[in-house]
Amino acid sequence: MIAPHGGRLINRVVDGAERDRLLGAAPKLPKVILNAREMADVDMIAVGAMSPLEGFMTRQDYDSVVGRRRLQRGLPWTVPIVLAVKPGSSAESYQEGKDVALETSDGQLLAILHVESKWKMDKGDEARKVLRTDDKAHPGVQYLESIGDTYLGGRISVVNRLKYEKYHQRRLDPVETRTLFKQKGWKSVVAFQTRNPIHRAHEYLTKVALEVVDGLMLHPLMGETKSDDVPADVRMQCYEALLAGYYPKERTCLVVYPQAMRYGGPSEAVLHAICRKNYGVTHFIVGRDHAGVGSYYGSYDAQKIFDEYAAGEIGIELLKFENSFWCKRTGGMASTKSSPATDGERVMLSGTQVREMLRSGTTPPPEFTRPEIAKVLIDALKAR
Amino acid sequence: MLESRVTVKIPRPIYRKIQLVIEHSGFSSPTDFIVFVLRDLLGEAERKSHAAAAGAPHPEEFSPHDLENVKQKLKNLGYL
Repeated sequence: MIAPHGGRLINRVVDGAERDRLLGAAPKLPKVILNAREMADVDMIAVGAMSPLEGFMTRQDYDSVVGRRRLQRGLPWTVPIVLAVKPGSSAESYQEGKDVALETSDGQLLAILHVESKWKMDKGDEARKVLRTDDKAHPGVQYLESIGDTYLGGRISVVNRLKYEKYHQRRLDPVETRTLFKQKGWKSVVAFQTRNPIHRAHEYLTKVALEVVDGLMLHPLMGETKSDDVPADVRMQCYEALLAGYYPKERTCLVVYPQAMRYGGPSEAVLHAICRKNYGVTHFIVGRDHAGVGSYYGSYDAQKIFDEYAAGEIGIELLKFENSFWCKRTGGMASTKSSPATDGERVMLSGTQVREMLRSGTTPPPEFTRPEIAKVLIDALKAR
Repeated sequence: MLESRVTVKIPRPIYRKIQLVIEHSGFSSPTDFIVFVLRDLLGEAERKSHAAAAGAPHPEEFSPHDLENVKQKLKNLGYL
């Protein structure tokens, strides 16, 4: 079984007497109300999905990640996992060496943060170095603009797991996916990350990968996304429809990936790969414009960034794919690497074209999307 | 911003060795390195102490009871 990032699967969920002690102390502590991204981060840190992180980054790790794409100890890491003091709250309420209660917006206590580090961050610097832009139209920059400018770092002790409203059965922690892979006897597992419905091109990538590994984990990101992305409910229906009809049941699983999107393109691709390694995955698909948005990143920047690290440093094998399409000349799915087709012989649709077709109730061609998926998407648009 | 820190004295030869170790690393000072190592050691001690108190298995392992629950969950999903 592949080792977690840093060698040890972190577990920050406390129970027994320690949990009782923290629950007793929590009402007297200053608190931070977490937003959706932070809640998901807490839950992922708790179960080791972001190993070796044991909490929100301290200033030393933050500076190291922003400045050189590594944790202070040298391990590759590209995206700050941070907790911001809320705008309007006084940063003076939080002190290094003291504890802070982390709560959901409806007042549920999730965790205690043992504050080791408090500092004022530079939003522009973080945006330029991590997101590679400070354009205010970028959703990641907009997020940075929306939060406070003081970060709190330190280990967390999770006293209550986050209660999700949907897909409980499909939420598996790293220790559970590792158990699954072990029970199935899968020595090699490929994960596919997506925040979109799976069309034929995506299906093709996963099946090419499945030809060379033992198992496939469809691992759709179900944390917070942009308001104009396809809603999680709809996407899940698409994944389930596809899984039911087009994948070998004994070699495929569908598991929720709870992280929120950063839209960080290359930086986020590395984060996605590292977290998948923690789930026990050995191979990770990175296609065109992974985790990108708009035209902020080059088509294959998210693949190139992995070249900055020495072989084996990330520890997961990357499967890099080029744009794929239905090839009229060869009569099958293909990519520019495997097909001699001219542009006119490729069935490819832009996101805008697909949205327009679906809005008008027109089913996209089956070479582009499976009819079952098209139906789910058209029905969802009609219901809006 | 003020930090709650105290001064601890260590032998100078060790300090010099640390200076060599952290050259070209992500640690900007011997203090950063020492804090990292101590935090890691203390975290490990804390984990062992909690696990011993609760009779808990290693985080990557389940108790037999938990393992059965996970297997049942995976069976319900049709994966096992």
